[in-house]
Amino acid sequence: MNSIVGNSKSKSMVEKSAQVIFTVCAFFAVLAVVSITAYMILSGTPALSQVGIAELLFGTVWKPTAAEPSYGILYVILTSIVGTTMAIVLGVPIGVFTAIFLAETASKRLAAIVRPAIELLAGIPSVIYGLLGIMLLCPAMYKLEQVIFADSSTHQFTGGANLLSAVLVLAIMILPTVINISESALRSVPSSLKAASLAMGASEIQTIFKVILPAAKSGIVTAIVLGVGRAIGEAMAISLVSGSSVNAPFPFNSVRFLTTALVSEMGYASDLHRQVLFTIGLVLFAFIMFINLGLTRILKGGAKHE
Amino acid sequence: MNSSIYDKKIRPSDYVLKGLIYLAAAFSIALLVAIMGYVFVRGIPQITWQFLTTAPSTIKGTFGIAGNILNTLYIIVITLLIATPLGVGSAIYLNEYAKPGRLVRLIEFTTETLSGIPSIIFGLFGMVFFGQSLRLGYSILTGAFTLTLMILPLITRNTQEALKTVPLSYRSGALGIGATKWYMIRTILLPSAMPGIITGIILAIGRIVGESAALLFTAGSSYLLPRTASGYLTKILESGGTMTIQLYLSMSKAQYDAAFGIAAVLLVIVLIINFLTKVLSRKFDVSKID
Repeated sequence: MNSIVGNSKSKSMVEKSAQVIFTVCAFFAVLAVVSITAYMILSGTPALSQVGIAELLFGTVWKPTAAEPSYGILYVILTSIVGTTMAIVLGVPIGVFTAIFLAETASKRLAAIVRPAIELLAGIPSVIYGLLGIMLLCPAMYKLEQVIFADSSTHQFTGGANLLSAVLVLAIMILPTVINISESALRSVPSSLKAASLAMGASEIQTIFKVILPAAKSGIVTAIVLGVGRAIGEAMAISLVSGSSVNAPFPFNSVRFLTTALVSEMGYASDLHRQVLFTIGLVLFAFIMFINLGLTRILKGGAKHE
Repeated sequence: MNSSIYDKKIRPSDYVLKGLIYLAAAFSIALLVAIMGYVFVRGIPQITWQFLTTAPSTIKGTFGIAGNILNTLYIIVITLLIATPLGVGSAIYLNEYAKPGRLVRLIEFTTETLSGIPSIIFGLFGMVFFGQSLRLGYSILTGAFTLTLMILPLITRNTQEALKTVPLSYRSGALGIGATKWYMIRTILLPSAMPGIITGIILAIGRIVGESAALLFTAGSSYLLPRTASGYLTKILESGGTMTIQLYLSMSKAQYDAAFGIAAVLLVIVLIINFLTKVLSRKFDVSKID
């Protein structure tokens, strides 16, 4: 019926409907983002007015199930910010250096070993990172904790499930993202820049760090921003590694991230507690949207320079 | 200054930085080897016929993941059935129909945004919207709908990339001999873009298999096999935990043997998916050269 020799009326009908169907498909993404935003705001705001914005966002006492419940999520927010920052500080240098290795210094044969390894790292499910965190990282962290706090009488021992363990897991998990984006940024630097620098007598390393890296800056910033997004949104890998109580984000404290609070409490929370968890979801969503918008701005700025 | 320009100047900082670069790369390799090695060493001994083909039984005191494997398959199939047409259609619109402008930018921006939203947010949204508003509760369908939103950008983007590699001459050729647009898309573009679309689908399968946060509050955690034949049909309206969910639950109950068994199965799937996408993209490259 839609052969090229069909009659023109049915043909134009088919053509029209094909176009309409594809247009509808394309708008599905818009619909999804709009409804997610609407639902996050609708379900996240009631608690804000019930508990009070200041008390909720800046309160430091999290006792949702106590007889006199208190819903302060400041430490949860701070934990996500501090934890993500620490993971970025640890992960980005390793990631960028590995990207330099892949894009500049590695021989073809070496790069052919490292690149698939990074692709595989990206494909490993986050729960497996969490499992290994519990089995390998936490015991080591517990030993370290026992040494450091041997004389402390106030420290609450966490059995190794603390902010630092979660940060290490996050730093590892953002590596593939940071490496991939940085590598393509480094590769897109025009080879004439490199050639010019080498011809002026700069060494290979000088060229990399003083010419190529600055030229790839906007791409590397993109990599970092995506890494931040990945780290702040990760839930399952760190939910059992970061501990189970809400505390100020110090390295050896048992902490809760925005994401892990959702994972571990949504299952049993009810009423106001549940609504506060949706507020936590909204805060996380706000962070992510902020990061996304920042990212588009960076990408636009980068495009202008080129 | 007694150094000649013929002597190579030795810069200690160069060696330090170069050492760091190699160290960073070695770290990634070591990490992968350690993860794979540890999971396989602890996990492979757990994988038995019974582990793969039965559901856990408290009477016999045995553990198996057949129910979780079935749930995972259900979710993969349903998600892809919905997401593939939507994603491919969206890519066709963006690449073939839309004229560059505000609309395209809006769609591309939202697709980009969708891919940046963390899975736990999808989980919350799916729980409230599909689970409560649409009254699907904790069910495989809720989980599949939620994951559809999540993998949509992946399929759209891969299809778009594939469509972009189809030479313009194919399009003008087909249109020039009188083919209508949809006929041209159906018979020329889609077949040429097929390897790219399939790569997208395989990557999506990988994403679904590894996903946990978006499923915990949508698909639930049931691990039993349906008892009757019709149970296999109604299963999609019932709760069903995938392998990753079972892995998470096992490890939060400190049943590490079971957890490592599942982890090893998951890693094998990850390896297979990685291999398949490699093979496909290699094939794809060859067709580009022709």
